[in-house]
Amino acid sequence: MLSSSRPTTTALRRLRGFATVADPPVRRYGGLKDQDRIFTNAYLRHDHGLKGAKSRGDWHRTKDILLKGDSWIIQQIKDSGLRGRGGAGFPSGLKWSFMNKPDWQKDKRPRYLVVNADEGEPGTCKDREILRGDPHKLVEGCLVAGRGMNANAAYIYIRGEFVQEANHLQQAINEAYKDGLLGPNACGSGYSFDVYVHRGAGAYICGEETALIESIEGKQGKPRLKPPFPADVGLFGCPTTVANVETVSVAPTICRRGASWFAGFGRERNQGTKLFCISGHVNNPCVVEEEMSIPLRELLEKHCGGIRGGWDNLLGIIPGGCSVPVLNQKQSGEVLMDYDSLKDAGSGLGTGAVIVMDKSTDIVAAIARFSDFYKHESCGQCTPCREGTTWMKNMMHRMVEGRGHRREIDMLLELTKQVEGRTICALGDAAAWPIQGLMRHFRPEVEARIDAFRAKHGAVGFGGHIASELDDNLAIPDNLGARLPIDAPAPPPTSV
Amino acid sequence: MLRIAARPTRLAVANRRNIASTSARQADITLTVDGKEVTVPQGSALIQACEAAGSPIPRFCYHDRLAIAGNCRMCLVEVQRAPKPVASCAAPAMNGQVVFTNSPAVHSAREGVMEFLLANHPLDCPICDQGGECDLQDQSIRYGSDRTRFHEIAGKRAVSNKDLGPIVKTSMNRCIQCTRCVRFANEVAGVEELGTTGRGNDLQIGMYVEKMMNSELSGNVIDLCPVGALTSKPYAFQARPWELKNTESVDVLDAVGSNIRVDSRGVQVMRIQPRTNDNVNEEWISDKTRYAYDGLRTQRLTTPLVKGPDNRFVAATWPDALAAIANGLKRTGASGNEIKAIAGHLADTESLVVLKDLINRLGSDNLASDLVGKSGDSAPVHGVDVKSNYSFNSTIPGLENADAILLVGTNPRHEAAVLNSRIRKSWLHSDLVVGMVGTRADTTYSYEHLGENAKSLETFLGGKVKGEFAERWAKAERPMIIVGSAMAEHADGEAVFGMLARYVASAGTRLVREDWNGFNVLQRVASRPAAYEIGFVPSRAAASATPKFIYLLNADEIDPASIPADAFVVYQGHHGDRGAALADVCLPGAAYTEKGATWVNTEGRSQLGRAAVPPPGAARDDWKVIRALAEVVGVDLPYDDVVGVRDRMWAISPSLVRWDGLEETSLEVAQAGLAVLSKNKKTLKGDKMGLAIGNFYQTDVVSRASVTMAQCTRAFVTGESEPLGAVEMHA
Repeated sequence: MLSSSRPTTTALRRLRGFATVADPPVRRYGGLKDQDRIFTNAYLRHDHGLKGAKSRGDWHRTKDILLKGDSWIIQQIKDSGLRGRGGAGFPSGLKWSFMNKPDWQKDKRPRYLVVNADEGEPGTCKDREILRGDPHKLVEGCLVAGRGMNANAAYIYIRGEFVQEANHLQQAINEAYKDGLLGPNACGSGYSFDVYVHRGAGAYICGEETALIESIEGKQGKPRLKPPFPADVGLFGCPTTVANVETVSVAPTICRRGASWFAGFGRERNQGTKLFCISGHVNNPCVVEEEMSIPLRELLEKHCGGIRGGWDNLLGIIPGGCSVPVLNQKQSGEVLMDYDSLKDAGSGLGTGAVIVMDKSTDIVAAIARFSDFYKHESCGQCTPCREGTTWMKNMMHRMVEGRGHRREIDMLLELTKQVEGRTICALGDAAAWPIQGLMRHFRPEVEARIDAFRAKHGAVGFGGHIASELDDNLAIPDNLGARLPIDAPAPPPTSV
Repeated sequence: MLRIAARPTRLAVANRRNIASTSARQADITLTVDGKEVTVPQGSALIQACEAAGSPIPRFCYHDRLAIAGNCRMCLVEVQRAPKPVASCAAPAMNGQVVFTNSPAVHSAREGVMEFLLANHPLDCPICDQGGECDLQDQSIRYGSDRTRFHEIAGKRAVSNKDLGPIVKTSMNRCIQCTRCVRFANEVAGVEELGTTGRGNDLQIGMYVEKMMNSELSGNVIDLCPVGALTSKPYAFQARPWELKNTESVDVLDAVGSNIRVDSRGVQVMRIQPRTNDNVNEEWISDKTRYAYDGLRTQRLTTPLVKGPDNRFVAATWPDALAAIANGLKRTGASGNEIKAIAGHLADTESLVVLKDLINRLGSDNLASDLVGKSGDSAPVHGVDVKSNYSFNSTIPGLENADAILLVGTNPRHEAAVLNSRIRKSWLHSDLVVGMVGTRADTTYSYEHLGENAKSLETFLGGKVKGEFAERWAKAERPMIIVGSAMAEHADGEAVFGMLARYVASAGTRLVREDWNGFNVLQRVASRPAAYEIGFVPSRAAASATPKFIYLLNADEIDPASIPADAFVVYQGHHGDRGAALADVCLPGAAYTEKGATWVNTEGRSQLGRAAVPPPGAARDDWKVIRALAEVVGVDLPYDDVVGVRDRMWAISPSLVRWDGLEETSLEVAQAGLAVLSKNKKTLKGDKMGLAIGNFYQTDVVSRASVTMAQCTRAFVTGESEPLGAVEMHA
């Protein structure tokens, strides 16, 4: 069009050069319409069985999707911009494509898709709703994703506490087999695919992909060393991809409605819709499917009825499950709910589990409770995590009552740095970040508690030793700090 | 059934081992470590590359003979363009990688890990037996912080100790959860019950249920433990490593010839440790090798003894004792083959040579061994003219190449424990299949049981057995037959050797060819290969003679009834055991830790044992005793010093003094030997092939005198002992 009318438009364009270039329209995210929702039975108001699922559009021409072939499916997922919904946010299309290396057909080993339904992150309850209300979305997703990576079978590792969810899922699988949607000729496509449910026994660490594989194999759930990555040596030594329930469940809808539809939501690199689980001090805690990049404040006010006692009563928000650092009130009002915005704010989207805390919260105790959790859930395999989580837990509990020395705040931060990035899996990082977030935003609160405790009990040395209780007749380490002056200036806070 | 049960573990273990396993040499890669270029074979771990570049990497969990665990995180290094520090034991070295092991980030990572390890480690070094040889101690000095920050009022972790038996002492508070012991037990020893329970900070090493660690290799976990969590019970609080003198020597309590280091203080052997030799014992030794040393302190013969008229021993001087023997020889009027020498389990090569020379010069060929029953009185059924007829020809490292093994009348787990661990290793990491004819036993790997007597063997060799093993055996490229030394003492022994030799010949180049000799005899007694090599066997004529004068050289496994009542008996050895009780004159000799002597193992590998401590009292080197006796009985032997004796050994068989080397029998000679064997034809009696060793822990004079071995016998064989701290259940 431009070329046909070149003589006039060139002049025109020059004319408009400076004055009339409109700013790109400010795109506002959020307000997902009902017709764009993927999980249409998230609240279990309708039939979760096959009949209900089909009435909501599941299993509609799945055969055609399967017949499009592996590279088409993976290209769709790549184009849709879907990133893993389990927390790490790795681009799903890319991850799935690792299964189809050149000459993968020559590898005679079976290939597996493993679905991580071990939803154990505190605050997270999105997969539960999918398993309960939309199990067919997951089963169909297994088939589509499995076709994409040429897997022979899918194992769904479901959290042991999810009894109803496992029942619904098993029902969905049974129905699918009976209807010929799974099995030797899945959906009549000639492709053979099986889905198995494996129930876990309630260990958080089994949500880590390699620990999950170990657990399915019948061993203790302890993460494996990487490399080799599961795509090379995974479940039973065969090529495996582990994906989150939500990631797998959205795959059929993406294939059906088109990658561009899905990519139309959210900011660049953060496309799609997502289930957010909002808990804590909001008027209406809920799980809701929303567009990515929705402002956090809008998410809370639109779906949760706002903060209990109003926005000004907000203390802080943990935006992505207990493993990410907390945001203070100011940040909470600014961030968008997507991977990049929260990363820039020093936190993370994680699983999309928003934990809201108003001013009635004892934030130190809350983070100390997280430390308890990580101490309890550490598998004990590698040193920094095994020893570090316990140490951090002990220190955090002292910080709750203020029993410690101001300098120990920096020491605690140093310990978190000693754990972070030096462990086999990400549990060490997850244990370190909440404490770092706490100290970043609420350090004065911790210091105030230390001072209050000191005012009441006198000088306190490192490790929580109260100076007045020390027996000078015993050998006391010379670096216990009990004799440090009360107003000893704390060293300048290290930048976190 | 056994096979099905064991498979998943086997595969799993094999899968886990992906970096350090010794596989075929591949292309080399080059990387830069601390600015230094280094070339390593592809598939090496980063830690190996760093070692090769001369940058030492601290480690706790990594051990080059065990699977990679990567859990201690001490070996973190910085790799260019890697976002996080990398555990160098678990990361494969890549071409062109740039690695820093000396950067501030690495230092802080090591210091951090060290701090975490010490947070829950008791500071009880002064009362810890590992003190002075503790990896944690050494590395905390080198890499740790100079002071503690751990002052928590919550205190340190407390873990209850485990009872792993009379050998391994546990102090689990000190454990740093490196899981070396777990991996050793699972991969090498075959004790799959040792594992971890609990998680997080409550992770514990243990046997899952209250149980002892029943393995003849359990002592190795003490060496593997980088801290003082697993220490030696018999050696507890006995010595500090810096007080000990180390002597490199060879073990003689089985015929593997494990390389050992004898640690002594003054005149006492304080402990025995393994020495690395990839061709023999890798890095492991059996519990008997390690702990029978306390038997060297008791029941010793320290002075010559002469039996008086009242049938009681009276201490005598050497000249008197030797004169008494000369008199005895004269008095009995023994001549020719009536003079008999019997060599026992612990006779060294030098003394065997000198004794043979002496007896031969006295006109006798009656050179017997203390084999079971009467078989020692005649030449062994496999003959001794061809070395490959009684040796482990495939060699011990060769076990790793075998793809099918047929065990005949042997339980290698008890007859050669360390060698057995090689079979297990091969079974775990390759497709090795094992079949067994003989008494069923727990071998630590699964096998197909083909029968219990020679008739079953005949059926199998005749190709009349169907099954997985038979199929794989027929297709195997490197099959191995391992015949137990007990077969030479079996009623059907002659027939079995003949049958096997004919089978090997009929199989063409499948079993014996230029690069592979799959016919093996597994000896279980340290002195036997040397005795056979020098021809210490009776001639046909001598076998029928009734002895009047008997010289027992370390011979304690003899049947007292086989000694005529009127014979004059001399016993030379180091322990007052069965042999000494039969003697008229006892001559005190030196034990294996007290003399420099040559030992030949089951492969035919001659190795030099060295003296760590002096012989007790008036005891002397064995060959010198015989040489002195020769002087008294008027026989002139052509050597006066050990060099002379070894010249004589050279003259007999040069390989005896080519220590550490292994001379393989050439194909032609091996085939000739088999041709001789295949003439053995006898009707089968069909007696059951029993176990050669009933009690692994007590097989010779040293282990019978050992308190530790007695405790092990009670704990693991007879099951008498109550576990320490056991609660009375049915009170």
